[in-house]
Amino acid sequence: MSEQQKKKFVITRFDPDRDEVPKTQEYEIPVQPDWKVLDALNFIKDEVDGSLSHRWSCRMAVCGSCGMMVDGEPKLTCKEALSNYGDTVEIAPLANFPIVRDLVVELDGFMDKFKSVKPWIIRAKERAVEEGPMRQSPEELEEFKQFSMCINCMLCYSACPVVANEPEFIGPAAIALGHRYSLDSRDEGAAERNEVFRGEGTVFSCSFANECSEVCPKHVDPAAAVNQAKFNAVIDWAQGLILPRGGK
Amino acid sequence: MIEVLRHDIVIVGGGGAGLRAAIAAVEADPAVSIGLISKVYPMRSHTVSAEGGAAAVAREDDNFEMHGYDTVKGSDFLGDQDVIQYFVEEAPKELTLLEHWGCPWSRNEDGTVATRAFGGMSTKRTWYAADKVGFHMLHSLFQHSMRFDQIVRYDEQFVTKLLVDGGVVQGVASLDIRAGVVRVILGRSVILATGGAGKIFPFTTNGTIKTGDGMSLAYRAGVPLKDMEFVQYHPTGLPGTGILITEATRGEGGHLKNSKGERFLVEYDYGVGNKAELGPRDMISRAIVQEIEAGRGIQGTYGQYVNLDLTHLGADKINKRLPMVRELAKIYIGVDPVTDPIPIRPVVHYMMGGIDTDIEAATVLPGLYAAGECASASLNGANRLGSNSLTECLVFGASAGRNAVAFAKGSSGGNEAALIGQGEEEAARVEALRGRQKGGEKLSHIRQALNDSMESGCGVYREQASMNETVRTVAALKGRYADIGLQDSSKVFNTELIAAMELGAMLDVAEAMAVAAAGRNESRGAHTRKDATERDDVNWLHHSLVHFDPAGPRLGKKDVTLGKWEPVERKY
Repeated sequence: MSEQQKKKFVITRFDPDRDEVPKTQEYEIPVQPDWKVLDALNFIKDEVDGSLSHRWSCRMAVCGSCGMMVDGEPKLTCKEALSNYGDTVEIAPLANFPIVRDLVVELDGFMDKFKSVKPWIIRAKERAVEEGPMRQSPEELEEFKQFSMCINCMLCYSACPVVANEPEFIGPAAIALGHRYSLDSRDEGAAERNEVFRGEGTVFSCSFANECSEVCPKHVDPAAAVNQAKFNAVIDWAQGLILPRGGK
Repeated sequence: MIEVLRHDIVIVGGGGAGLRAAIAAVEADPAVSIGLISKVYPMRSHTVSAEGGAAAVAREDDNFEMHGYDTVKGSDFLGDQDVIQYFVEEAPKELTLLEHWGCPWSRNEDGTVATRAFGGMSTKRTWYAADKVGFHMLHSLFQHSMRFDQIVRYDEQFVTKLLVDGGVVQGVASLDIRAGVVRVILGRSVILATGGAGKIFPFTTNGTIKTGDGMSLAYRAGVPLKDMEFVQYHPTGLPGTGILITEATRGEGGHLKNSKGERFLVEYDYGVGNKAELGPRDMISRAIVQEIEAGRGIQGTYGQYVNLDLTHLGADKINKRLPMVRELAKIYIGVDPVTDPIPIRPVVHYMMGGIDTDIEAATVLPGLYAAGECASASLNGANRLGSNSLTECLVFGASAGRNAVAFAKGSSGGNEAALIGQGEEEAARVEALRGRQKGGEKLSHIRQALNDSMESGCGVYREQASMNETVRTVAALKGRYADIGLQDSSKVFNTELIAAMELGAMLDVAEAMAVAAAGRNESRGAHTRKDATERDDVNWLHHSLVHFDPAGPRLGKKDVTLGKWEPVERKY
């Protein structure tokens, strides 16, 4: 067995009761060739420094908890192979979010934005359970399926230049989610959501940097959703000018 | 003064069962106020990791009788037949509701919901959304729940104690992880929906949050844990990480192969008959262990494994039906299942046991309900069939929600001063644990020792001596736990403090499990003894109960509710 490889981790530390501003702390630890970035954090937590705080759970890239900045880029740490990084790796909390503690960021605003797009099926008349499932063709499913894959990891908010300048921007994931429901053949709420999307700080704030789609670990392509939602919001508005209100 | 919050109903856990309970409570009475407490944001709950599907009768060639008997037989006749009957009848309604709420179920060409084959199920009755079913169900439930202002969420808050007054549960003490303070959250009924406890084992499909917290809360409040000896090993986990490779791989036609390339479930007699790869999980996990013991395993970095071969399914089917499996195999083991077999081995997946609940999701403690994996309604008996558990979260979550509303209406609430006093005591206990310097025991080392002992005593195959050894080890670890030292004294988002309390829960659950296992002198379902290889219906056709006692756990028993199906030899 050759000597075990070591790496140095430069990690953001912040405790609001003790620190005015975030600082960094360095840890040098032995690493395994098949580790993900998250494995290194867990090793530090378990063996070196029990006071390090980070979120994680499923370690299989679906719960969305463990997004962080790794060498300056937003990543799901359970998905990124540590071997893709150099001898020194910088880990910081997700950019564009307030820091709660160490690598933990605040989600309050994000959750409010989510709710604002009415991410649920809206129907004029609710269907009774006795009526059974609705029909939906595989093609109709395909229309929105991609946009339903978002795991709420928030990497797209960290990457988005608009979120950076305009924190009120509801952002890529929320727009993709609202758009996902509007595209669902079972839903009748597109008009309500278009009204949301015509409001300030939503689809028209997007500057088309496309960063959101580039960092998305689930290939949701939120940029495409924003673009489509923008188009639909305009069409819907224009039709409202021509047709009497409620005419469809 | 400790802060006090009030709701009609308090729900602990925001996964499939907890969210369904919250929605059902609102459906039952729109005037109800619900406090939904979760130690993570609800969309992080472990329901998210379920892959293959949810079972409910949907096809012309299927009926409740068939789903019922499959479940009874799968349970090795330890399931309660009245509970199973209720479950199979409610199942299609619940999955239909999920459909109405936007769950993107995969579809047949005619637009009806598609179903797939699953282990131990006699026809295609597993509804699916590709192989991300738990993810889609959880997000659909969570997003639907946002409509209801009656559901007040307490995200990232950790419940440390049930508050009981006058023999009735009246609320909880809850640590706000971000603020670092304990509050009292009162409710005239409480529902536990905290999930399983896979993390007491070293090798598990479970996420790190699955630490048995709710089981421990109920256990310490005097509610027994039932059938804890029955631990499900899922046959197909990735070596090393334990990441789940769904049973849908076999439902869609995948083959298990040994080092000689043989489909060993076909070549050798493992009791699964012509079901082969579609046999139930307990039997297939045993077959894999036996293949390895017979020298037909394959050596890898993390010990011996066998292969799950999907290559004959073709890229198109894999991409359409099993996209997550392909992604997981590529990222976490460097194998593309389109071209190469996936190395797999049995891995701890699910607890059949849990908080003793009845057909109404009620416990023996008035006002306390439980649903989902943390509960044991005796749906699953000694072995759960794949795809029954997501449906279980919905059926018994809904039932718990409705029944908790009814209970709350008839309850006047307890003595508030006494409850607040309990909350203050609890706050002091948590405060004393935070960052305490006392003791030289390291949290992660006790956890590791617990993991090792559970694997050696409560694995796929068990023997009296090793089970007894685990009982002793866990008791000793409880002693060491009393002497842990912590490094983090800060208030805000102190995850070390949470981990310490989670470890306490894990030790409770492990203790109950080891004691129940050592006490059952037969082989049934997932409890397989090398020194008592047969099922023994004369002496052991009953549930086990473990009661908390400060002096050490006490074992008891409870009758199985039989019905139209008499126990027969379980062969496929």
